[in-house]
Amino acid sequence: MSIIKVENLVKIYNSGAVPVTAVDGINVEFEKGEFTSIVGPSGCGKTTFLNMLGGLDEPSKGRIVIDSIDISKLKSKQLIDFRLHNIGFVFQAFNLIPVLTVKENIEFIMQLQGISAEEREKRVDVLLEQVGLLDRKNDRPNKLSGGQQQRVAVARALAAKPKFILADEPTANLDSKSTENLLDIMLKLNKTEETTFIFATHDNRVMKKARRLLVLEDGKIIKDEK
Amino acid sequence: MTSVYLAVVFALFMRSMQFGSYDNMIENSVKLSTGHIQIHKNGYWNDKSINNTFANDESIMKKINSIEEVTTTVPRLESFALASSGNFTKGTLVIGINPSLENKLNELADKIISGEYLSENDGSAVVAEKLAEYLHVTVGDTIILLGQGYHGITAAGAYHIKGILKMPVPEMNKQLVYLSLPETQYLYATGDMVTSYSIILSSNDYLDDSIEKLKSFLDEKEYEVMPWQTMNREMVQAIEGDNAGGIIMLAILYLIIGFGIFGTVMMMTIERKKEFAVLVAIGMQRSKLAWIVFLESLIISSISVIIGIILSIPLLYYLHLNPIPLSGDLAKTLEQFGVEAILPFSIDSYFFFEQAAIVFVLSVLAALYPIFVINKFTVIKSLRD
Repeated sequence: MSIIKVENLVKIYNSGAVPVTAVDGINVEFEKGEFTSIVGPSGCGKTTFLNMLGGLDEPSKGRIVIDSIDISKLKSKQLIDFRLHNIGFVFQAFNLIPVLTVKENIEFIMQLQGISAEEREKRVDVLLEQVGLLDRKNDRPNKLSGGQQQRVAVARALAAKPKFILADEPTANLDSKSTENLLDIMLKLNKTEETTFIFATHDNRVMKKARRLLVLEDGKIIKDEK
Repeated sequence: MTSVYLAVVFALFMRSMQFGSYDNMIENSVKLSTGHIQIHKNGYWNDKSINNTFANDESIMKKINSIEEVTTTVPRLESFALASSGNFTKGTLVIGINPSLENKLNELADKIISGEYLSENDGSAVVAEKLAEYLHVTVGDTIILLGQGYHGITAAGAYHIKGILKMPVPEMNKQLVYLSLPETQYLYATGDMVTSYSIILSSNDYLDDSIEKLKSFLDEKEYEVMPWQTMNREMVQAIEGDNAGGIIMLAILYLIIGFGIFGTVMMMTIERKKEFAVLVAIGMQRSKLAWIVFLESLIISSISVIIGIILSIPLLYYLHLNPIPLSGDLAKTLEQFGVEAILPFSIDSYFFFEQAAIVFVLSVLAALYPIFVINKFTVIKSLRD
């Protein structure tokens, strides 16, 4: 059963002298529990596509239906609320809040959801256990390595119990050992919790672990391998 | 934070200096000449004649002194006379005083630079320094005073100089002669008459209230009750003029401070734009984020304002106790206005609150910028930056 349905998605940027079509009529569906990599050369439209899937960017044409809701029709406030409850993000540059501890970074999203302190505490411990950082709970992000920060970012993305997680080049800033470690954790979460992961990546190591590969070129899907 | 507390320190320093100067001008004028309030015979101020005097009435003095805010009341008899010694003659202001009360009021005895201060019922004179120099007299010499007494009687007398005093106000230092009140009354043949009661209050803040109280028992047809502002119009105008200039200076300072604070807030906002973008991306409403950032600015501003006040207090208190002495043209200009050439600092709590509030409001206005940015920024673009 598909949780995301993309129909004739187009994104045209008009900021320069010549309009640029970044995404050109994509039609695709994603099933629950998928571990998918969107790959392709730089400028092929991977990040733009991912941003539109996450409701961070508006399509020029087409629609994205997530669990029967057409997110392209949601207003700004509704879209933010939708993201809070349905989508987890893992960014290339980790993007943890530097003044908050590891625990607070993970807990923050649950606070926005109105989850009680007791429940938050329990879930933070479970997530940190899963990403192997329970002992770093009270450290600030600057005390952690890049790989550890990205694991915290994964825990943060999972904290809100989203329907799927979008990860844009999550391993780009990591060494091979940290990449391996992170991918193992994400695969484990994908299997045990049936969390859907969709990556945009150049990284062969990620591609190898993916169970589905979407190859983009010039804003179009040229290959869909399962 | 630093920009806000430094702004508070600068604004307080400037305002303290300005109000300190005004307080000094008022205090000089009030203590050395008019007092906070004067009571005259009705019409005396417009026609300062020795004939416009009133009886020195003990019962009125008691009533005046019974007003809680009144600290001292001094009777004076003032008139003009020619002072002469040898071939030198000069117009002078002769003031008949109660030496002990007057000393309590303006510490005249401390201004004696040679000889002695007057005692009660003294038959001698105390002469201002520059006048003594002009007349070529010193302690132990005699001066002749010649003027018009009560109802046209000739006023003439020879007075042994008991002391020379130095008045801080140059105009006074050139023309004052102090006699005891009974001796002045005898010179001008006024009997037990005085030209004024000078009243000193515990604070200038009680001025209007005290005037009302005085008017409640003084016959308005018989007496005029005047505040120092009416008797020192030139000084009031000088203060008003200076204050207007001060306000312009302060406005410029606030402009600089405002831009300083705004610049800091702008930098902070730009630096944190990515952080804001992450928060909005993961599901935080922009309105909630804007409110939190605004509250954060308010808390930082409040703490900074408090730090600014705490830092200013010891500095301003020190300068209040140790005014900066002035010299050169500025000193001369001040002396022309009858003001001591010092730069005193006020520690009135009123302007502490005023300046702190203004800087706080500037900070709050600057805090509107991140609210604007949070409501307008593009998440994707900021994440990329």
